[in-house]
Amino acid sequence: MSYDLPALCTQVRRDILEMTHAAGSGHPGGSLSAVEILVSLYFDQMKLDPAKPQWADRDRMILSKGHAAPVLYSVLARRGFFDPALLPTLRQMGSPLQGHPHMEKLAGLDCSSGSLGQGLSVANGLALAAKRLGKDYRTYCLMGDGEVQEGQVWEAAMTAAHFGLDNVCAIVDDNGVQLDGLTKDIMNVEPLDEKFRAFGWHVINVDGHDLAALQAAFAEAKATKGRPTALIAHTVKGKGISFMEGQAGWHGKAPNAQELAAALAELDRGGN
Amino acid sequence: MDWKNGKRLPPRDGYGHGLLELCAQREDIVVLDADVAASTRTNWVRDQQPEHFYNLGISEQDLVGTAAGLALGGMTPYVSTYGVFLSGRAFDQIRTTVCYNNLKVRFGGAHAGISVGPDGATHQALEDIALARVLPRMTVVAPCDSEEVRKAVLAAADVDGPVYFRFGREATPVITDENTPFTLGKARLVREGTACAVFACGAMVYEALVAAEELAQEGIELLVYDLHTIKPLDEEAVINAAKTCGAVVTAEEHQLAGGLFGAVSETLVQHSPVPMEAVAVRDTFGESGAPEALMDAYGLNANAIVQAVRRVLARKG
Repeated sequence: MSYDLPALCTQVRRDILEMTHAAGSGHPGGSLSAVEILVSLYFDQMKLDPAKPQWADRDRMILSKGHAAPVLYSVLARRGFFDPALLPTLRQMGSPLQGHPHMEKLAGLDCSSGSLGQGLSVANGLALAAKRLGKDYRTYCLMGDGEVQEGQVWEAAMTAAHFGLDNVCAIVDDNGVQLDGLTKDIMNVEPLDEKFRAFGWHVINVDGHDLAALQAAFAEAKATKGRPTALIAHTVKGKGISFMEGQAGWHGKAPNAQELAAALAELDRGGN
Repeated sequence: MDWKNGKRLPPRDGYGHGLLELCAQREDIVVLDADVAASTRTNWVRDQQPEHFYNLGISEQDLVGTAAGLALGGMTPYVSTYGVFLSGRAFDQIRTTVCYNNLKVRFGGAHAGISVGPDGATHQALEDIALARVLPRMTVVAPCDSEEVRKAVLAAADVDGPVYFRFGREATPVITDENTPFTLGKARLVREGTACAVFACGAMVYEALVAAEELAQEGIELLVYDLHTIKPLDEEAVINAAKTCGAVVTAEEHQLAGGLFGAVSETLVQHSPVPMEAVAVRDTFGESGAPEALMDAYGLNANAIVQAVRRVLARKG
């Protein structure tokens, strides 16, 4: 079973733009930066079965940066967890696609999220449970670079290393931009690799838009024993849409009809 | 059992005993602490059932999040630290990661109330019932003594959702034994009477019984309930008692706002309003001092309950 990952990435980007446009709100910038990461995980790396979303031995993925729900919803739909026809209901009353993920409403979500900084702790707990039960599932946690300003992330970073949770893989979508501006201006978090290394993690810097590099990094993480692995995924906020790239203004704003048309035309031209 | 002749034991001992029993029975039980295991009595689990125990260090937010992950992975975690830090510092984690997902995490809020004593206001949980009670899906339990804490720990194991219990540090009279009935969500009748209903939780249940004995000498017979489960409230018992007596007093080692008084008021004002008075901390922080001296100074004793009953009876007319 092999998927056309680049084509899927383009499809997911279309979904993100169309969903947020239909909703009239949402977070396209930090969704677009995480497309390759989540496509790589759900279509290549993770052990899962869309027909059995509660399968006890499945790999888990905690979207700690819950505002990137559109990218996760698109990936789950395209992977077969639910009908992509639901995607345009994002953020509407009664939709399973809540503004931030709610696991009780949508099969395939491994945890609810939206309040930043909490996912890595949850991932650690799942990983501890796996070790207690002798299960070999892995637990992934996707965070934003702004998110790691939350102190709990570093409490959890200590915990993962302290308990030797080599079944945990944290990914920082390091797109350099947060709601109010550039991360380095708001509250500098760099150097992220040195920070995680100092906390006892195996650290891999990776181009977060290079599918082959991501594949190699995830393989290296799986092969790393005795300590958790952090991927510092260097990404571009709004990746693939020229007028959104690197712009804090597109953190939490939906494209209007004209912007959507321009963005989809860029994707059609294969601009990225 | 005779409530007057019991031993005095720290309610936190009941937490430790309950956890030991559960760990011996069930593989899925895990006990987490935040560097206060010797205070919460989870050190008993650490020493006797080490494979069930995790110390997460001084990090309440990560403590709760890790417990949530363990629950998602099929475990039944008991998260333990001082109630003031658990309910306050980790409130958002409890709300959004545990309650929103309806996870089976149990919260042991130790050192509840002003009777923590010399550590002072920073360590005295006086707002935890309120904080826990406003959260959807949360069960909130404030047992009356060490034995009832033990029973609550056992009873909580199979609740389909999160549970918060609070218990004190200092030795208080043990007024129940292993044969005393305990059902989560069911108020326990401890004394019959018709003059005034008293709903108490924690150590104030004993104080209510002392108050009832004193007032009985004047022919005032109090109806006393151990309202250990504050949420879900036993509305039937509360409403019936209010209708029977026509006057209600609540007693708790907690702020007036949002605790037991709040829970009882919210129910009665909707279904059967009667004159009410409260014994509680009045919108102030505690301070350092000997536990009993603090309870007296902040009006949390039998005498305060007697005075509250006299006030409410005057209003009842």
